[in-house]
Amino acid sequence: MADTTLTDVKKRFESDGNDVVAVDELSLDIEDGEFLVLVGPSGCGKSTTLRLIAGLETISDGEIKIGDDVVNDVKPKDRDIAMVFQNYALYPQRTVRGNMSFGLKMSTDLPDEKITERVEDAAELLSITDLLDRRPKALSGGQQQRVALGRAIVRDPELFLMDEPLSNLDAKLRTQMRTELQELHQQLGAATVYVTHDQTEAMTMGDRIAVLDDGQLQQIGTPMECYYEPANQFVAGFIGSPSMNFIEGVFVDGLIHLDLFRYPLTDEQRAAIESEDSNSVTVGIRPEDIELTDEDGPRTVEMDVNVVEPMGSMNLLHLERSGVEITASVTGEHIVDESDCVRVRFPADRIHAFDRQTGAAVFNRERSADRPPGILSREEVPSHGR
Amino acid sequence: MPRSNYDYPGYERSGTTYWTKTTLLYAGVIGGALLWSLPFWWMLATSVTANPSAASITLLPSNPTLDHYEALFSTQPIGKWFFNTIVFAGSVTAFNLIFDSLAGYALAKVDFIGREKFFLLFMSTMMIPAMVTLIPVYVFLAKLGWVNTYQGLVAPMIANPIGIFLLRQHFKGMPSALGDAAKIDGCNELQTFYKVYLPLAKPALATLGIYTFIMTWNNFQWPLIIASDDSMYTLPVALFSVRNQFFTEWGLVMAAAAIIVMPVILVFLSAQRYFIRGMTLSGVKG
Repeated sequence: MADTTLTDVKKRFESDGNDVVAVDELSLDIEDGEFLVLVGPSGCGKSTTLRLIAGLETISDGEIKIGDDVVNDVKPKDRDIAMVFQNYALYPQRTVRGNMSFGLKMSTDLPDEKITERVEDAAELLSITDLLDRRPKALSGGQQQRVALGRAIVRDPELFLMDEPLSNLDAKLRTQMRTELQELHQQLGAATVYVTHDQTEAMTMGDRIAVLDDGQLQQIGTPMECYYEPANQFVAGFIGSPSMNFIEGVFVDGLIHLDLFRYPLTDEQRAAIESEDSNSVTVGIRPEDIELTDEDGPRTVEMDVNVVEPMGSMNLLHLERSGVEITASVTGEHIVDESDCVRVRFPADRIHAFDRQTGAAVFNRERSADRPPGILSREEVPSHGR
Repeated sequence: MPRSNYDYPGYERSGTTYWTKTTLLYAGVIGGALLWSLPFWWMLATSVTANPSAASITLLPSNPTLDHYEALFSTQPIGKWFFNTIVFAGSVTAFNLIFDSLAGYALAKVDFIGREKFFLLFMSTMMIPAMVTLIPVYVFLAKLGWVNTYQGLVAPMIANPIGIFLLRQHFKGMPSALGDAAKIDGCNELQTFYKVYLPLAKPALATLGIYTFIMTWNNFQWPLIIASDDSMYTLPVALFSVRNQFFTEWGLVMAAAAIIVMPVILVFLSAQRYFIRGMTLSGVKG
């Protein structure tokens, strides 16, 4: 087992005589045993990156290493990888057993008994032993998903590659499979690169997530880092649902002049902006960080409620003033009507600011190190606790 | 009435309109079937009629006889012609299945420079009438010394743009992820083709095989040109020679015709399900 490294990897496609750069100087280090999620909008290059690692596409520039070996020109079968596809890609003419054993038969010299043993072990792990003699068309989507995983597992690869493997499942099964995949990853211990456009999957599954846009790496970090400390406006907008509110402003005399109001900054925030070349900034605040308040203050503003979206546990308020529209998430118990006018506060420790020209983060919100109430100390844990 | 587009909730299966439509439909279908099968019946009836005449049509012979068949087998090398036709149709069908599927796969799934241009080039050959290439092909084969040989008979037909198009469309409809999975599983391009994609193309291959077999079996023009004596004749060409030689012997001619069409009818009937499905799926009209 060893790390997988991508160094300045570039992939160009030719389309109608023009070069299209799908992956642009991407550098990644996938650590042994890590679950790395590649996330980004459609066309950002995440699936192409996965295919480059798999060897299904040739790289135009750069270097891919699996362990200590440069694999740029190594065939997919010799890369010690296994891949799970979005549409499962099970061979329709073969049984589940045939699907799972095919790779071992083609790429190893293992005797038939050993292959059977490995297939049956993997089937047991995934609880699909009773499906081994069925053909894929006789399986449900969830079962096909398990078989596709089984086909990958039997190869005992150094690196698992998964290309949106849950996107064809319904919401309930997706949630279930998400947990199962994580458990499986912990059991197997092999590094996994997982591609998704679903930021919930990215946040919940990844040890680290790499956010891509337009073929370029925007940020790589833990889910919490990407959420609380986005490197730029794209990451801030992409990670989190509903997405972050952005309001354009200009920094003048220690205040950010927004169309809504003049927002006072803390000393640290002011220093951060003053160290920048430009005074044009975009202020960002997540909907869940906006507070409803009765108290008037320097960081409060009155806004009209345009639409209320009740979500059960919370209400999404679509607010508007002076042509600026924002979304606030408040507890679902609050009764807010669409004709209401509300006073909202943008807490000083919750706002982000981004350079309007480059999009880079100027400062991010503060992140509390406090732990929530209710967590017992080791001495307080009762005997039945653990 | 069978299930049809009319079979929707609220459609009444009774009343004057329903029965009129049903009667007309069945009358039309039965009438059409009779009309199409009449020439075949006439052919069979004439072949077993003792002294048939071109002037009269006998649909029910009073004293059926197999004399014409016996005469045909005793006076003509029917066995040899039958063998020639089998070799011709069988080889052309086998070669078409091999080369058309390889070309169709390459044009659908293999990434190479100028793939679409190659495809257009293949397709553009369909616009050239076969008559135009007849003489150049003959001259070419004559220079190779292949006139009046099996290889000369088969060579110009070993691949067919219609077959390539049919299989290319079929392969194109299959998910590329299957090929990707096969490559990760250790297949090279050729193994991906015959271990993964080819077994999935069975319906299209069956359609192409039947279509090619029937078209080649019935091919008259090319065997007539390339075969210079009756040792290389195929059955349709031989039928022509039988008619010339015995132009008044309609019983003999019809017996020969029956021998020619029977294998084709049997092949079609045994696989018509695949044939019709393949034709409707691909949009290729026979």
